Amino acid sequence: MKLRKITAATAAVLALGLAATACGSSDDDSDSGSSASSGGGGKIKVGIKYDQPGIGLKEPDGSFSGFDVDVATYVAKQLGYEPNQIDWVETKSADRETAISRGDVKFIAASYSINDERKAKVDFAGPYLLAHQDLLVKTDSDISKGTDLNGKKLCSVTGSTSAQNIHDTIAPKAQLKEYSGYSECIAALQNGAVDAVTTDDSILAGFAAQDKYKGQFKLAGLKLSNENYGIGLKKGDSATLGKINDALTKMVSDGSWQKAVDANFGPANYKNDPAPKIGDIVK
Amino acid sequence: MFDFLEGYDVLGAFWMTVKLTALSALGSLVWGTLLAAMRVSPVPLMRGFGTAYVNIVRNIPLTVIIVFSSLGLADVFGMTLGASDDFAAQGFRLAILGLAAYHAAFVCEAIRSGINTVPMGQAEAARAIGLSFSQTLRLVVLPQAFRSVIGPLANVLIALTKNTTVAAAIGVAEAAYLMKKMIENEAQTLLIGVVFAFGFVVLTLPTGLILGWLGKRLAVKR
Amino acid sequence: MSSVLYDSPGPRARRRNVVLSVVFLVLLALALWWVWQKMDDKNQLRWPLWEPFTTSEAWTTYLLPGLGNTLKAAALAMVIALPLGAFFGISRMSEHRWVRVPAGVVVEFFRSIPVLLLMLFANEVYARSSGVSSEDRPMYAVVTGLVLYNASVLAEIVRAGILALPRGQTEAAYAIGLRKGQTMTSILLPQSVTAMLPAIVSQLVVIVKDTALGGVMIGYAELLTARSTLAANYANVIPSFIVVAIIFIAVNFLLTSFASWLEGRLRRSKRSTGAVLGAEKVEDLNPAGVSGSFGTGTGGGGI
Repeated sequence: MKLRKITAATAAVLALGLAATACGSSDDDSDSGSSASSGGGGKIKVGIKYDQPGIGLKEPDGSFSGFDVDVATYVAKQLGYEPNQIDWVETKSADRETAISRGDVKFIAASYSINDERKAKVDFAGPYLLAHQDLLVKTDSDISKGTDLNGKKLCSVTGSTSAQNIHDTIAPKAQLKEYSGYSECIAALQNGAVDAVTTDDSILAGFAAQDKYKGQFKLAGLKLSNENYGIGLKKGDSATLGKINDALTKMVSDGSWQKAVDANFGPANYKNDPAPKIGDIVK
Repeated sequence: MFDFLEGYDVLGAFWMTVKLTALSALGSLVWGTLLAAMRVSPVPLMRGFGTAYVNIVRNIPLTVIIVFSSLGLADVFGMTLGASDDFAAQGFRLAILGLAAYHAAFVCEAIRSGINTVPMGQAEAARAIGLSFSQTLRLVVLPQAFRSVIGPLANVLIALTKNTTVAAAIGVAEAAYLMKKMIENEAQTLLIGVVFAFGFVVLTLPTGLILGWLGKRLAVKR
Repeated sequence: MSSVLYDSPGPRARRRNVVLSVVFLVLLALALWWVWQKMDDKNQLRWPLWEPFTTSEAWTTYLLPGLGNTLKAAALAMVIALPLGAFFGISRMSEHRWVRVPAGVVVEFFRSIPVLLLMLFANEVYARSSGVSSEDRPMYAVVTGLVLYNASVLAEIVRAGILALPRGQTEAAYAIGLRKGQTMTSILLPQSVTAMLPAIVSQLVVIVKDTALGGVMIGYAELLTARSTLAANYANVIPSFIVVAIIFIAVNFLLTSFASWLEGRLRRSKRSTGAVLGAEKVEDLNPAGVSGSFGTGTGGGGI
């Protein structure tokens, strides 16, 4: 009798545990191809964004698209890796420095703008794109300069400094709404809940160029700041740094760079700056 | 050692946490009691609604509810709660709405379990002297039920205090929002964590102790 | 269904109930209609926004891996937190002060800090002082946060469950010469497990839901994060939220149904041995706190 009760109790606990693990493991094998745990074997790990159309986006078929992806693929090729030898790794903004310094990725191309704070922790190749903080507005919007935002509603991601800058310096009467991702902001813009979304123009152009949004939004073209996108890599790895810089130079000179820009940002009225010179950081 | 706190309004952020907690506690208490009343009411449809509400809301992550109250309610349905032009106030009110809607499900279940502890004889006696359903509930059953569920309600309140941190997801400037900002800007990450953890201990421990003591004092002796 | 709260309805009461039902139904229908209209106004009902969920790619590329990660973190947290919780709960009832007090301090401390902060904190600790790679780190942090918090809540559930047993059980166990350990494992725990089950299950539901916090704050690729990648692709933020909410409801519903089935079995098998108390008693005593913990809901009204 006693024994039976114990078994019942243990069975309960075990069953819960088993049920839990069973649920977990049954879905494990559906893990996407993004896992980059297989070191060596002629693979290279590259950090990108997964959720920024036009920059770095995980497509429904599991492949990746975007300007950063194109640049990274080109660079990897110059380093001796074919596209199928690249292991893509998602690197969120806050994680980029740690991922590099730990060696989790060889290099990162993820709308990574060069600044002094980051330069203290990682080395940057490039820049390979000069972006600017800008506003995305509806096509029929009359917002054309920063001060137009006074009394208007602005959306950006939680804790973004760019939105805070607008609020503090350019348009103090702007209302600031914050979401955890840009797509939520774009949805709010589409619904008319906000009047403008702010961040780098390259990111905004990527969203505006999406099929589902085509023709609905435009960039205000304000150039509120200069963002020099660079490729981040481990501090002191000057051999790779040199190779990546050569690759970027070659990408510009053989026309692949312009092709990538047109393909990814083209439909959004995005006037890109000419390809920046290596090491030429615009303040 | 604590000079990293300079330039940050930590007290202000916790004050926001307190305001969020107090207002959504009030809201969830009222709505939760109504839900509990529905779940024991004679109208089958209301019982069904109460049950469905509790079982649905309880199983959705709070993050989804809070984000949806901003993204869905405010942006799509235009329910800006009287603050369509002031996003700070709007986010604050929407967060309260989401928190109250979520925790009401737990308040409802707590009260319902409290109703279950009231001896049958109480309700039978109430009906015998001719009280209607709502009178039975209001005058006889609920007052006794509330006294016996102060403990569980205190637990919901503590959970609510901690769950206000989720409001950071829609940009309400409460404690977790400030903490994340400070972690990004300052070097003493661990110390920042300790300060905020301490703040929450200060907020929640007394609540538990006081309400626990109150619950023991007020419990219906049987 | 009869209840002691109201008389079984006579003709008048039945008519009134029908009227109330109709009014309620109309209000509900109006609300739903309004929601539908508004969604339509804002173009949220257009088929292209919902269509992705009928393709297998949306599921295999985004949602299922996300759900897999959610379940993985939740399962790991459950498997670690359950025994740890039992350990702390039992330690807290120890007769030795040096065991009881530290266990109590640990439990009370982790119970009063938001899981979100625990996760952020764990993430920092792992980033600074461990060799965990940045791919695994978010999961480690999420699981650590969940375990610390939920183990302390489970500890309280276990403690309350055991305390709810009549004292006579312990006394009788001592009387027949069982040692303290034996009393706990062969008398107290087996009896209280059935009664604790509803509270434990609610806590497991909390674990599943709280994995979502890891997505928002530290970028763990769970279901909610997968949703944002998906929404970036298909530009369907609102529909994706609705679908993800439904997935969560379904998963948690499965979890609770399984638990009530298990509970029913356990209780039935115990009837012959003379169950000592019903679940209701523990529910009242349940200090579980947390985001609610009161049973799997037995449905129906009445006292």
